[in-house]
Amino acid sequence: MRSWLLRRSIQAVITLAIALLLIFVLMRAAPGDPLSRLSAGRPISPREIELLRARYGLDQPLGHQLLAFTTGLLHGDLGISIEQGRPVTTLLAERLPATLLLGGSVLLLNFTFGLWLGVRQAASHGGREDRWLTTLSLTGYAMPSFWLGLVLAWLVGVEWRLLPAAGMRDPLMDADAGLVARAGDLLRHLVLPVVTLSVVSIAATMRYQRSAMLEVLRLPYIVTARAKGLSVSEVTWRHAWRNALFPVITLFGLWLPILVTGSVFVEAVFAWPGLGSLAAGAVSTRDYPLLMGASLLVATLVVLGGLLTDVAYAMLDPRVRFG
Amino acid sequence: MIAGSDILQSAWRNPRGRTGALILLIVVVAAILGPSLLPDPLAQPDVLGASRPPGLGHPFGTDQLSRDVLARVVTGARISLSVALLAVALSVTLGAIIGLVSGYWGGIVDAALMRMVDGALAIPRLFILLLVLAVWERVPVLALIVLIGATGWFATSRLVRGEVLRIREEGFVRAAEALGARRRRIIFRHLLPNALGPLLVAATLGVGDVILLEAGLSFLGLGIQPPTPSWGGMILDSREVMISAPWAGIFPGVAIVITVLSANLFGDALRDAVDPRSA
Repeated sequence: MRSWLLRRSIQAVITLAIALLLIFVLMRAAPGDPLSRLSAGRPISPREIELLRARYGLDQPLGHQLLAFTTGLLHGDLGISIEQGRPVTTLLAERLPATLLLGGSVLLLNFTFGLWLGVRQAASHGGREDRWLTTLSLTGYAMPSFWLGLVLAWLVGVEWRLLPAAGMRDPLMDADAGLVARAGDLLRHLVLPVVTLSVVSIAATMRYQRSAMLEVLRLPYIVTARAKGLSVSEVTWRHAWRNALFPVITLFGLWLPILVTGSVFVEAVFAWPGLGSLAAGAVSTRDYPLLMGASLLVATLVVLGGLLTDVAYAMLDPRVRFG
Repeated sequence: MIAGSDILQSAWRNPRGRTGALILLIVVVAAILGPSLLPDPLAQPDVLGASRPPGLGHPFGTDQLSRDVLARVVTGARISLSVALLAVALSVTLGAIIGLVSGYWGGIVDAALMRMVDGALAIPRLFILLLVLAVWERVPVLALIVLIGATGWFATSRLVRGEVLRIREEGFVRAAEALGARRRRIIFRHLLPNALGPLLVAATLGVGDVILLEAGLSFLGLGIQPPTPSWGGMILDSREVMISAPWAGIFPGVAIVITVLSANLFGDALRDAVDPRSA
């Protein structure tokens, strides 16, 4: 197990290094000047542009720039945001909690309902319920998250006035409101973004759980359990589901990129102050150090998620680490 | 081995696959014929006709610039579908070539390619595109197609590589090698045709993904540039009038859902035909 873990960790570090290299090359290979936005439409002299180029190291050869970026990274320095003039790491750290709250809530909702519905589908395999649930989940999967978010914000937030349509807190709330009132307010703001992201992402969870469950339901011990006279629901939930839950672990690794991508749009639509809206803002202001920092953080999360998934899987299934 | 026509036939026999294929066909026909039958999607007839609700004359209403929403949705279909089909064709071709090379040559070529794919898969596709597009002032449509296609082959190459590794050990490939068949013959006569099924599935499901991706990029202002109508761009424009003229944003979204859903229904039916175990 130890040598397996070591090998897998080294592999993760290499993957991340390649991702870093890709991020760097992509940013520099694109036609266009990262500082063009600063010069476009603003009274700025060529001399000032020169100074800015020097400040951001853009006048150096590509190799030097990469070295400087990597050295900075190892010291926890990702550069300064062009638009906001503050360190990228500070901006990312400020926005991370809101995204973790959003992502954690989506995870909870997605997995609770996704697993339950997936098992129900497998239990009614080929039947009406199975077909309807598949069509519904695929419809959710076909929805652009920003569109669903806008429609929900308009209907629920504006037309019916049931829930707040934007932000994370009520700006008009009493300054000395109690903890319960604050939590309640946060929860109300959380509902629409979480529902939007869950609806567009639940299909993957359901599909995974359904097929894992179908594999298990074919096995002889299920037949034995039924032959012993156990009820369908008992066999489904006590015998089959426990074994079918296990492949679903791999979903965590797959699910993270979907969530991060979705949060860019959903946070932008609901003005949720997280990493996603930070990245969307960096795009519209062409703030490339911020965008690079955000992409690197996302890549790190994805690689870490994959590593943790594999470790969890190996701990539960010895065939993986010895195979 | 299952031949391509068998896969298509089997997917057609699947009721949901057939529904998906038929709806997709209707969308394609509308995209081809529609623009010539409908008003000019760029025309702004008059200020008084702005933000009209759906009704006679304008079945989907008009937007805040008095442009006909139906005409824009249909023209948007032409653009979204062309971008998706071309980008997917590019990514599937790249994925097939790299997967074949990696799987057949093996060794250091395989290791290097697959490590690169690992690294690329660690960055969500949207972020790769954001990085390239963010410094670009105005993105030409062709560049957009190439970029979306060039960022979509990673998973496909893994898939093809896996198929190649599996097929390479089969008796008929061994026999061909023993008979002295050239590499090119083995790749094009034996390996590629056998990997065609999974490729077809990946391509069909890829169309839906690319439509969503392009809409998302256009929504962020990085995809198709106005005034050319695109579904994502129309939703972006409708943001400011969502309360007074919601139809301007709802209809392009419905068009996306219908198109992506039907492509995915057909793709699922293809998948079931290629790999009956997943049904």
